[in-house]
Amino acid sequence: MRMAQTERVFAMREEWRGFKGNKWTDEVNVREFIQKNYEPYEGDESFLAGPTEATDKLWGRLQELQKEERARGGVLECETEVVSGLTAYGPGYIDESMKDLEKVVGIQTDKPLKRAFMPYGGIKMAEEAAETYGYKVNEKFHKIFTEYHKTHNAAVFDAYTPEMKAARHSHIVTGLPDTYGRGRIVGDYRRVALYGIDFLMEEKKKDFSFCGDGTMTDDIIRQREEIAEQIRALQGMKAMASSYGYDISGPAKNAKEAVQWLYFGYLAAIKTQNGAAMSVGRISTFLDIYISRDLKEGTLTEAEAQELIDHLVLKFRMVKFARIPSYNQLFSGDPVWATLEVAGIGMDGRSMVTRNDYRFLHTLENMGPSPEPNLTVLYSSRLPESFKQYAAKISVNTSSVQYENDDVMKPVWGDDYSICCCVSATQTGKEMQFFGARANLAKCLLYAINGGRDEKFFDKNGNHMQVGPEYAPITSEYLDYGEVMHKYDLMLDWLAGLYVNILNLIQYMHDKYYYEAAEMALIDTDVRRTFATGIAGFSHVVDSLSAIKYAKVKTVRDASGLVTDYQIEGDFPRYGNDDERADEIAVWLLKEFMNKIRKHHTYRNSEPTTSILTITSNVVYGKATGALPDGREAYAPFAPGANPAYGAEKNGLLASLNSVAKLPYEYALDGISNTQTINPGALGHSAEERKVNLARVLDGYFDQGAHHLNVNVFGVEKLKDAMEHPEKPEYANFTIRVSGYAVKFIDLTREQQLDVIARNAHERM
Amino acid sequence: MDEVKGRIHSLETFGSVDGPGVRFVIFLQGCMMRCAYCHNVDTWGRETDNVKTADELLGQAERYRSYWGSDGGITVSGGEALLQMDFLLELFRKAKARGIGTCIDTAGQPFTREEPFFSKFRELMENTDLLLVDIKHIDPVQHRKLTGWGNENILDMLRLLSDMGKPVWIRQVLVPGITDDDGYLRQTRAFIETLSNVQRIEILPYHALGIYKWEKLGIPYTLGDTESPAPERVANAERILRGERA
Repeated sequence: MRMAQTERVFAMREEWRGFKGNKWTDEVNVREFIQKNYEPYEGDESFLAGPTEATDKLWGRLQELQKEERARGGVLECETEVVSGLTAYGPGYIDESMKDLEKVVGIQTDKPLKRAFMPYGGIKMAEEAAETYGYKVNEKFHKIFTEYHKTHNAAVFDAYTPEMKAARHSHIVTGLPDTYGRGRIVGDYRRVALYGIDFLMEEKKKDFSFCGDGTMTDDIIRQREEIAEQIRALQGMKAMASSYGYDISGPAKNAKEAVQWLYFGYLAAIKTQNGAAMSVGRISTFLDIYISRDLKEGTLTEAEAQELIDHLVLKFRMVKFARIPSYNQLFSGDPVWATLEVAGIGMDGRSMVTRNDYRFLHTLENMGPSPEPNLTVLYSSRLPESFKQYAAKISVNTSSVQYENDDVMKPVWGDDYSICCCVSATQTGKEMQFFGARANLAKCLLYAINGGRDEKFFDKNGNHMQVGPEYAPITSEYLDYGEVMHKYDLMLDWLAGLYVNILNLIQYMHDKYYYEAAEMALIDTDVRRTFATGIAGFSHVVDSLSAIKYAKVKTVRDASGLVTDYQIEGDFPRYGNDDERADEIAVWLLKEFMNKIRKHHTYRNSEPTTSILTITSNVVYGKATGALPDGREAYAPFAPGANPAYGAEKNGLLASLNSVAKLPYEYALDGISNTQTINPGALGHSAEERKVNLARVLDGYFDQGAHHLNVNVFGVEKLKDAMEHPEKPEYANFTIRVSGYAVKFIDLTREQQLDVIARNAHERM
Repeated sequence: MDEVKGRIHSLETFGSVDGPGVRFVIFLQGCMMRCAYCHNVDTWGRETDNVKTADELLGQAERYRSYWGSDGGITVSGGEALLQMDFLLELFRKAKARGIGTCIDTAGQPFTREEPFFSKFRELMENTDLLLVDIKHIDPVQHRKLTGWGNENILDMLRLLSDMGKPVWIRQVLVPGITDDDGYLRQTRAFIETLSNVQRIEILPYHALGIYKWEKLGIPYTLGDTESPAPERVANAERILRGERA
């Protein structure tokens, strides 16, 4: 019978006992393994277990360390003598005296929360990061990484054009990964557990033997070198694991090993790369298969299963990198985007919610709120009702969860994608991303008005710096919509071209000098690449154009004739009120920018995408940008991501959500981030009402095709109190969602805290 | 004949405490009551330029249908919703034709058994799913002191609604020194026990967040020093009003 053929249980490796499926056993195919073996769970949270004594002790110790870290200005210790690598250190533990309690072992260096020395992105940055916190990197490394070995940063600056440097200086393009690792590559860490290193190494060797016909073109040479690097990294992972007493050459035999093997894969990534985002990926349903098998075999209890997940999550809460101050201004609160997904719906229509998805969310109850891992629910209104309500409950209680619309992502990325940063999808093990920060479209509008001259930065002769092309500026007193649109179109063309080429250069050098061998070893050799651009200042451009179109905007000029301020006469529709007049400008802007990006060649024939996602860099971008025609004052923060401008929303939360939901995800495949804060009292009178109503909001928003929502549930009073009294114990882990990730509120700069407070919390009296 | 238009104070797309589920809330302009603790004094006056037809409002409301689930819909609040009876009749008739759940948030002050109000009220009830009725104070004298009006007709409305079997939620704002008195609360409970249509009883703790509106409008605020009730007092009031044992 045909059925018997496909459903039969293979007489396969002992580690795979009981598993079904026939494709994943011959070649790497984790998706097939998951689909053939997971069991959807429709029940509620009543099966969950509380923290074990070991979990309480380890988490207690880690909290002490975190407190000490904060007391020392944000960094507990920096490495100064050892260059980080897979086997740079022997084993390390949360606490040597408690190491037997750790069900999952492995840390980045030899001591918990100690920050590794990672010079390959740039030696100056690595030195500066250490010096900021009072550490001096051994001088020999300066010589080594300037005289003997080039870094990514040095290479990029060798090749930049003067125009690129000027654009970087004026912040019309900003946050570029030219001083730090590009990150955003999610290795398929599940492969380590399912196959073991030896099988993965054999597969890579096969790929190597098929790489090219002997004709040495640039592409083939580069790929052969990369595969060789990957194989070396796999060997390194084995050595790293063996220092902890584990042999990961074969598949994991049980749940405990599966969690440990998978974590070793991730540990390899965070020992070798300090990318902005170092995401974990979609591991929950996968691990549930192992846990379910052990539960059935009677070798694991629910309390032990929860303990495994708690301890794994403890490790994700400990990931740290040494960062320079300017980086912290961009991405505040020490984030690493250890993003981890739960839920989603399979291509066959079955919910992918398992008990393990509950267990991961439950870590926020067992160990309290935390910004990391960046827990992400892949949402659909068709997820089991009980799971939706549980997730909503956790959101209301912890503000530590974000939601992304599986219904819009699945048609593009399938049912085995991961989120590789804050909100960007990537097919697990099939894709990598060239992360490219963002272009400041608001400043670009000012360049359109001022003929490419910068409103803030001056050249050495004291004139407004000519950054963009010297097009004719607008000279009229009142702005004319048609004229502004024409000039903006030309300036956007220039910016899109320059931006793509800056990124091409950066990605080339990153591949060359800071290649992610460990992560790429866990991704198919025949990898698909996306080229992720981004937009900053989105809502301000929309409102500015709306003001010019529907009200009268008068220019105010300085002595040189450059427009430095605007006076608005009359009222105009603003983005964020479900008003077509403004929202259609928003849709136009996104499509226009994306189409302009698409015109250009992208490095390694990658597929261009864009995002409306600023992280906390909305403050820094705003600081570099003068007054705008929408009434935003010079150097004030932008609204984050795709959020409407502060104070623009006049019709309540749902009107605001409807505006954002109109943005077509197909044009922003890298993500459309929206962050909303809801006062608990505005969500319902009781805990029960709050979770039900929040689930309704999510259903309604995502059913319209919206992409992402960060949900915060607290009042402004709590934020103000936490800002003034960060020492209160209840604020030690007070977590809030900002654009695409979560942070501990007390770890934000005061400027950013004020910015968060200023944002319009949806509150009704 | 010109279509009757509603005089609108404001709209809230996300109402989650104004009836069951997620609701589109229409705040109408105009109220005769002068409650000392009113947090929306700017809705007192009748006049406004913000007027809308029933179809305009329903068209707008339906943009939020995807958030409503099975029990959401629209709620008309105020101001005092019942002051714009003709508009309300039209709005709810059309809402029902569109399959939209309807709820009125009222203090009942305009209610009377006199015509033409009474017939219109009965007709309105045919297209109304639920009423949230605020009992400002159970004692007629205290009610007059607090709001400027007696409460006889309001209690009468509640009796009528009970006779009609129309579901209501009873609400009371708990104001220390005014409604937070066990004797009055027990009296309110005794009245509620005479009704057969009460689905839910809610205590709304007094807050002073609306004072800035009084200041803006230059109306003296008489509850200046009154603080929000303590959580124990809220729990106590809930217990009494819901007839639960301590």
